[in-house]
Amino acid sequence: MKTKIIWAGIAIFSAIPLWAQQADSSPSSNGAPDVAAMQQQIRDLQDRLILLEGQVRMLKGAQQPAPPAAPAQGAVAPSATPAPEVPVAAVTATSDQNISLGGAGGSAAKALNPDISVIGDFIGAAGNGTVPPLAQQTPFSALQMHESEVGLQAIIDPYARGDFFISFGEEGVDLEEGYITFTALPKSFVVKVGKMRSAFGKVNTMHNHVLPWIDRPLATTNLVGGEDGIDDAGVSIQRIIPAPKGIFLEATGQAFRGDSGEGPQSVFKSWQRSNVSTVAHLRSYKDVNESTNVDIGLSYARGYNDFGPDFLTNLYGVDATLRWKPLRRSIYHSFIGRGELFWSQRQQLPVEQKAFGFYTSADYQLGRRWFLGGRFDRSGRSQFGNLTDQGGSAVLTYWPSEFSQVRGQYRYTNYAEGRSANELLLQLIFSLGAHGAHPF
Amino acid sequence: MKKKQSRRLFCMGSVCLLAFSLAVPAHAKKLNVVTATTDMAALAQEVGGDRISVESIAKGYQDPHFVEAKPSFLLKLRQADLLIVVGLQLEIGWLPPLITQSGNARIQVGANGYLDASQFAEILDIPTGTVTRAMGDVHPLGNPHYWLDPDNGRRIAKGIAGKLGDLDPTDASYFQERYQDFDKRLSAAEQKWDAEMKPFHGRKVVTYHNSFPNFAKHFGLNVIGYVEPRPGIPPTPSHTIELIGFMKRENCKVILVEPYFDLKTPNSIARETGGKVVQYLPSVGGEKDVTDYFKLFDYDIGLLTQAFQATQ
Repeated sequence: MKTKIIWAGIAIFSAIPLWAQQADSSPSSNGAPDVAAMQQQIRDLQDRLILLEGQVRMLKGAQQPAPPAAPAQGAVAPSATPAPEVPVAAVTATSDQNISLGGAGGSAAKALNPDISVIGDFIGAAGNGTVPPLAQQTPFSALQMHESEVGLQAIIDPYARGDFFISFGEEGVDLEEGYITFTALPKSFVVKVGKMRSAFGKVNTMHNHVLPWIDRPLATTNLVGGEDGIDDAGVSIQRIIPAPKGIFLEATGQAFRGDSGEGPQSVFKSWQRSNVSTVAHLRSYKDVNESTNVDIGLSYARGYNDFGPDFLTNLYGVDATLRWKPLRRSIYHSFIGRGELFWSQRQQLPVEQKAFGFYTSADYQLGRRWFLGGRFDRSGRSQFGNLTDQGGSAVLTYWPSEFSQVRGQYRYTNYAEGRSANELLLQLIFSLGAHGAHPF
Repeated sequence: MKKKQSRRLFCMGSVCLLAFSLAVPAHAKKLNVVTATTDMAALAQEVGGDRISVESIAKGYQDPHFVEAKPSFLLKLRQADLLIVVGLQLEIGWLPPLITQSGNARIQVGANGYLDASQFAEILDIPTGTVTRAMGDVHPLGNPHYWLDPDNGRRIAKGIAGKLGDLDPTDASYFQERYQDFDKRLSAAEQKWDAEMKPFHGRKVVTYHNSFPNFAKHFGLNVIGYVEPRPGIPPTPSHTIELIGFMKRENCKVILVEPYFDLKTPNSIARETGGKVVQYLPSVGGEKDVTDYFKLFDYDIGLLTQAFQATQ
């Protein structure tokens, strides 16, 4: 309907230059001033046409290339004579368009479709990767389509947006995240409701394809739920807290049903309705200068564990990130140094287990397409606090384009039992469609 | 008696309240404008004058496709009354999460304080057929580097002036006056620029990225190729060799490079073709003394005329 009005508008405008020409043609013998006036009129008309084109683009929505705008585009050339004919051509182009599109399934309906994306994550592994029976790591098989993540993202209404990330693994489908974000609440609160990766630390919030490694650090595998992480259905409230000296301070509070992690990587388990888990996160960030910044976070999580309905797990985390990216050469060089520390207190019988784990990593961008990184891991196990695994990795990444990535990782792990593993992992990530940007 | 008194008190109170509420607009704080890029900030400043405070997220010497969504930007965005974006998916990689996390209802997409400046401008390179990423990082809605045409600058400024007037009706006429003044100064400058560029009408140039079509169209230059084989794809040896051959055949001697790209490939092309590399500025603030929209064209046209003369 709206487009019809617009085209009616264009038709009217297309008539104006015809009229204008006729009106101006009679006294044109008067000479230069009339020519100048006519030129001015043509310029004004050009401006109005461009404005109308812009409105059509806006109405067509973000998804559609605006086909009728294209024929009109060439017509805006500063030559005066063909100007009157052009909009007519534009109108015919659209009427054709309307006929072929028909009723409800037209381009206007498509424009409201969510942004759809698929990210493929293929992993190959070689070397000796046997994991001792009590360790929490899951080994990679020789070749696997590790994950296919489908993203569906759109603005819901003037008050909220929705994001869905559905993860197809080799064995099943999992709703990795699916939540609504209320963006227009009073007092600058941002509220999310749905299933989401909780705000516990840094790695826990990241999807597989944005990690700087193929695997996840030992400390997250042993203490914070590994690849699934603390990822649960619940409510999240966050707000920026005013702070002096340009410091960014943000507090997040989250409450979940209380189920996170599976099998040996289980973190929380909800035995009854009252077994909700909670996560709190405080993030502070400061720009040191335009290319360097520091990001420090404190996290806390609490919930019931899989030992029994009366057994609690408390988790504490500290994360620190140093980023460097010179703005003039931002697509060629950058550095990210990061460390996360986790403490786990898990109530179980016969005695409570206290475990500590951490990782530190550094990633340097060598050129537009090459990244080199390393990571050191050390962590106790949540159920056996005195068993400590240790490891290290070297990573090389190549980007053919923004939309695909090839990565190799050499990983060494020394398990508490004395067994060690040397593995070579290879990964190919490829992305289809419009995947929304991830938080910084 | 008591009732009367209370009524009088109520009257006085409401008079005071009314007076206060009337007094507020006179002391109204400046409109807080945040823009995605420096060019939008420069144009907003031209029409907003001292009635607005304006700040850009990206710097002028930064690739506007790849800005990091730093939390410090959220501090600016949460206070903003108006957010002006370039649009056409230029900021798609970094702005959406900032808007969502800002907690600022005024600047959400579609809200009154969100302005997509591309709606006012003449947009080139709108793909007509199917768009696929085999073409590289193509913008399916058209080329987002549209501000480098003074006529578009005028149209955008007009649009911004209208929006500012919507948000702050008491200053609407002030913004319109500022726009009229800007229009006059821009027309005068345009005459000068057109005259400076006229001798070089039809000259062939190569640019690194396809961020030059509006400038080229306005000043009658002919962009015959790009250092990038496809938008967003870094130069490859085979494409570079092809481009060198093509430039020699076409007798094209000027290679324009944005300040955020590496000069290695452009320099080697210049050596092979006997051409000249010009590090032009696509945005205000690309160099320290290029502080407004006029100086941006002064600077670029100065560089270009020099390069054209040197490679005559």
